[in-house]
Amino acid sequence: MTAKKKLKVATTSLAGCFGCHMSFLDIDERLFTLLEHIEFDRSPLTDIKTCSPDCDIGIIEGGLCNAENVHVLREFRKNCKILIAMGACAINGGLPAQRNHLPLTTILEEVYHTSPGLANGMVPNDPELPLPLNQVHPIHEVVKIDYFMPGCPPSADAIWKVLTDLLAGKEPELGHGLMHYD
Amino acid sequence: MSYTFTLDGKVVPFVDGQTIIQAASAAGIFIPHLCYHPEFKPHGSCKLCTVKVNGRHTASCTMRAAPGMVVESETEEINAERRALTQMLFVEGNHFCPSCEKSGNCQLQATAYHLGMMSAHYDHFFPNRAVDASHPEALLDFNRCILCSLCVRASRDVDGKNVFGLSGRGIKTHLIVNAKSGRLADTDFTLADKAAQVCPVGVILKKRQGFAVPIGERKYDKAPISETAETTEGR
Repeated sequence: MTAKKKLKVATTSLAGCFGCHMSFLDIDERLFTLLEHIEFDRSPLTDIKTCSPDCDIGIIEGGLCNAENVHVLREFRKNCKILIAMGACAINGGLPAQRNHLPLTTILEEVYHTSPGLANGMVPNDPELPLPLNQVHPIHEVVKIDYFMPGCPPSADAIWKVLTDLLAGKEPELGHGLMHYD
Repeated sequence: MSYTFTLDGKVVPFVDGQTIIQAASAAGIFIPHLCYHPEFKPHGSCKLCTVKVNGRHTASCTMRAAPGMVVESETEEINAERRALTQMLFVEGNHFCPSCEKSGNCQLQATAYHLGMMSAHYDHFFPNRAVDASHPEALLDFNRCILCSLCVRASRDVDGKNVFGLSGRGIKTHLIVNAKSGRLADTDFTLADKAAQVCPVGVILKKRQGFAVPIGERKYDKAPISETAETTEGR
């Protein structure tokens, strides 16, 4: 009997805190079961820098706060059959979006010029640094997202449920107790 | 004299003058709602309690029950509409549950869970609304207001103080404090007011009790809103 082809899973953290990835790792020994069915492609866990063109599932943590986030998100959408938003920031901007009611220039001015203890500060303008967006956006505002895992972070059990539902060919469903926005 | 109508095929008894949602609650049947509260006159504005009566949409908090009505509530079609309304409430304000003291005790959040809302779907408005921390005992965070008007009704009709009001029209409608300065500190509002108890979301918050009950151990963490709503609590 030939082994079933493993699904390729890519993950990334955009404007997030990696908390969702930590929660993902909290599935603990179930990772071994998962690895019988999937292999990781581009991910902070593998350190692979670009997506293979035939990824099955892309998991996105974090919203969009700069131009590079948008670029990475589009790369994931192009290369992944199914895209999942993982966590509050990917879904509604989360903590980084708390800056959205402030003009970007005001924020940069305060962070680099007027805060106490800053001397001769300047706003970084190295061409290698991605430009910040005027506002932080949830990822569904830029590309089509197939599934959402709410939570800050989603619990390991919630992540496990969504992934195992998908692997079983079912629509993912989070009932009471797994469905959390906090 | 008592009569009956059917709700999703179940026979529901009612007495003269009862609305559909009142009769349903008395029969232990949950209909999602946000601006309805059993102790207040209905406002009929959130439309979450919309049902189909003999095939036509109507708010079940304002529609009086009538003999032989055929009412549909828990259908995929109606719940999809309720979900869309809830998503619009989420994008119009700033609803960031992880940093909200009301998370887990919030009717908006619990209703969204009940309706299976996985994302807000629409583009977020990210409005700019200042908080009012002027009052020594209570904080007003307008970012989370859903304009249910429960605080307005409670303050006006129960407390006799008229501390709150809805101002503006359409998308510009917003909650205001009835003081010349617009600040809660310049009213006679106290925590003993009914208005301090009825906010279904995290706008009116008691100060200095933040996260006294940890997230995960709160009201709707323990049981879904369909089992804990005030309308189904011994009414």
